[in-house]
Amino acid sequence: MTDLLNRHSFVELGARQRAKALLDTGSYRELIDPFQRVMSPWLSRQGVVPQADDGVVIAKGTLDGLPLVIAAIEGNFQGGSLGEVGGAKIAGALELAAEDNRNGVPTRAVLLLETGGVRLQEANLGLAAIADIHAAIVDLRQYQPVIGVVAGSVGCFGGMSIAAGLCSYLLVTREARLGLNGPQVIEQEAGLEEYDSRDRPFIWSLTGGEQRFNSGLADRYVADDVAQIRQQISQLLQQGLPAAQRSRQADYYLARLAALDAAPQIEPATVRDLYQGERP
Amino acid sequence: MRGLQWFNALSAGAAPVAGLPASLKVADGVLGEQAVRFIAVVPDAANRFPRARQGEVGLLEGWGLAKAVDEAIASGDQRPIIAIVDVPSQAYGRREEALGIHQALAAAADSYARARLAGHPVIGLLVGKAMSGAFLAHGYQANRLIALRDPGVMVHAMGKASAARVTLRSVEELEALAASVPPMAYDIDSYASLGLLWETLTVNQIEHPTADDLARVSDCLQQAIKDVQNSGVRDLRGRLGAVNRAASSRVRELLREQW
Amino acid sequence: METLSFEFPAGQPPKGRALVGCVGSGDLEVLLEPGTAGTLSIQVQTSVNGAEQRWQHLFQRLFQEQTPPALNIQIHDFGATPGVVRLRLEQGFEELGHD
Repeated sequence: MTDLLNRHSFVELGARQRAKALLDTGSYRELIDPFQRVMSPWLSRQGVVPQADDGVVIAKGTLDGLPLVIAAIEGNFQGGSLGEVGGAKIAGALELAAEDNRNGVPTRAVLLLETGGVRLQEANLGLAAIADIHAAIVDLRQYQPVIGVVAGSVGCFGGMSIAAGLCSYLLVTREARLGLNGPQVIEQEAGLEEYDSRDRPFIWSLTGGEQRFNSGLADRYVADDVAQIRQQISQLLQQGLPAAQRSRQADYYLARLAALDAAPQIEPATVRDLYQGERP
Repeated sequence: MRGLQWFNALSAGAAPVAGLPASLKVADGVLGEQAVRFIAVVPDAANRFPRARQGEVGLLEGWGLAKAVDEAIASGDQRPIIAIVDVPSQAYGRREEALGIHQALAAAADSYARARLAGHPVIGLLVGKAMSGAFLAHGYQANRLIALRDPGVMVHAMGKASAARVTLRSVEELEALAASVPPMAYDIDSYASLGLLWETLTVNQIEHPTADDLARVSDCLQQAIKDVQNSGVRDLRGRLGAVNRAASSRVRELLREQW
Repeated sequence: METLSFEFPAGQPPKGRALVGCVGSGDLEVLLEPGTAGTLSIQVQTSVNGAEQRWQHLFQRLFQEQTPPALNIQIHDFGATPGVVRLRLEQGFEELGHD
């Protein structure tokens, strides 16, 4: 009980507060801050109210004294969807971090992912920006770890779930969900029997943070607590590049999928066993 | 089946690469005198994963694409990789979500991006649909994108019917809106206005390419390969600069100033 | 969506600026920046059409109690209730006071 009372929820924080909470005190500096009014050129003309930072916060600072850039998505604005400006902010920041490393500055990156993926009002420009983000993660990852954090409550979906899959390390909480397709879209495309988007326990059992961690699709499973999340990120950054990048394990995953009886509909336990083996 | 038709036409006489899922067509062939690897995702009615039988990019396809591209990288010869793109969507299903389709698609994007960074010219040839996550996994990491000009060639984040439902509009309303907002449009010329394509080509018979069509596309692919090789640029900056994508450039300028 | 403009008499501009809120459902984003001495100008972009009178009344009530500082305020509103608007504005003024 004391533990619970001492916790400070990370999930309840907005994107800007999250970024501030992770950086060393006093080191936070925001790039293209909201007062610069770099807003979506596409939303207003479609009658949608824009947000001054387009829902993405780019902050530079230090963690444990070493340079870090954080890209934090605000899940409460348009479901964390990525449009042209927000997408370019993330891609551009990662590109500059890679450039830093080529110039001898060891900038690392943390992505705070609360997003449904492409913002449909900016469709193809959101998709293009996400392709740029993928490219930039793979580039930066050659030099420094890129850490993805899915804390909740929006979760991480669409093209940005692919970005999560490209990260050197992925950290999730119990409030996190991670999947390519949102439940409603799957139900629409494949039918209620395939995927009941209203059955919340079912969806969490397949795509929730705990299941992803227990299936080896995430690297850390952390309580919703600012201090613990910060500490885990710090540890992962200190570890440096992972010995084996998850998105480079094609032979392993193809072999695991070959061993699966794909005929019956799947259960969460099947995934855990298939990818991790029986665990004590 | 356009993807298969173009794969067969371009890779005629080439050595097929074995050891991959049946939904992937991979062959090492030549373009002019240049050795290249062709890769296409095609329908496989017998796919073990029922939601990925019509050319969708699913679990086997994502991981399989990664393997096919990784083999090309391992060859060490920087051979160009031609991704023939005709992908109606990613696979939507329970097995797919449960088994981490996002991770499979990340593997494919990862491999294509690493191939590009390792100096392989990666060319995406759009002959059909290039939808959303499927395109992110197969084609969107290319140095150069070439699209055939045809109503069936389409790049988008979501199909019309689904996009209409999600945005609470009718399909007609969505189409009217899309006509005035270039990034929302479904036609290839609107897409081209975003500056993301290197070239658009007109052919006579997109479904069954003629010898003339094949020669034109083959020539364009060779030019694209040379363009990449001559530029020495391995990132995606060549896609920036269009008026309809001005904010993407502006944001990067500001970030650099304030970095 | 509608864009509205308002002006009120004000005192001197503050030194700092502030940002509160978010353009989320039932919420709003408020950006407060130093303006020209004597004038408080407010620009509102709102998802709710036809509410100009309600905004006018809300601001009047808020500023008649105390002369506000000279500010340029920009509001991006996503259907916030008057109570939430008032809360956010008060938060904003308080944050200005901290700087």
